[in-house]
Amino acid sequence: MFYLFALKSKEKAYICAQFQLFKIMNRYETVFILTPVLSEAQTKEAGSKFEKILKDGKAKIINSEFWGMRKLAYPIQKKSTGFYQLVEFEASGDVIEKLELAFRRDERILRFLTVKLDKHAVAYAEKRVRLLADKA
Amino acid sequence: MAEKQSEIRYLTPINIEIKKDKYCRFQKSGIKYLDFKDPNFLLKFVNEQGKILPRRITGTSLKYQRKVTQAVKRARHLALMPYVGDMLK
Repeated sequence: MFYLFALKSKEKAYICAQFQLFKIMNRYETVFILTPVLSEAQTKEAGSKFEKILKDGKAKIINSEFWGMRKLAYPIQKKSTGFYQLVEFEASGDVIEKLELAFRRDERILRFLTVKLDKHAVAYAEKRVRLLADKA
Repeated sequence: MAEKQSEIRYLTPINIEIKKDKYCRFQKSGIKYLDFKDPNFLLKFVNEQGKILPRRITGTSLKYQRKVTQAVKRARHLALMPYVGDMLK
């Protein structure tokens, strides 16, 4: 067990995955676009549905932003606007699969993108949240 | 050294373009991460049609050019930037 501390993070991740010692938590960021035909209550309901999926997968939600109605740069499914929502969370990799499956099954979702954040991205995201908090 | 002045004289000084040194703006200002959620910033790296500009024009270093492309492509996927545009600037 003590050998683990001497290893590099990649090797450590591999060994942990092999023996399923504990799950490695990564930072992720998801942006998704909801159809503009929904009412405000419906968008909130949809947002909370996906947050529930994350919570079921023991993910820790760090930041969640609702950008509101925005114009799309090009039409998607013949719609020119959409509700954008951003969720930043810490989770193990297998949660992402479940989340993306739910996105694909949901007709209200126009687009989604999940990105893993590296250390620079985490620093940037934290700074961004602080700046937004200062403005508000 | 005493040199003879050249025979040819110009009425107006010919303008020779002075090459400006290009530099990587990320390395200079210490930006480490490019955000795909900020289309206004990414607009600096595309032309009027929304195509990604080459390194030889923007002067970005290879390391950051890879990040620029990735960020632009992500922004396009989320309809924050157009795949094909017209008169973006």
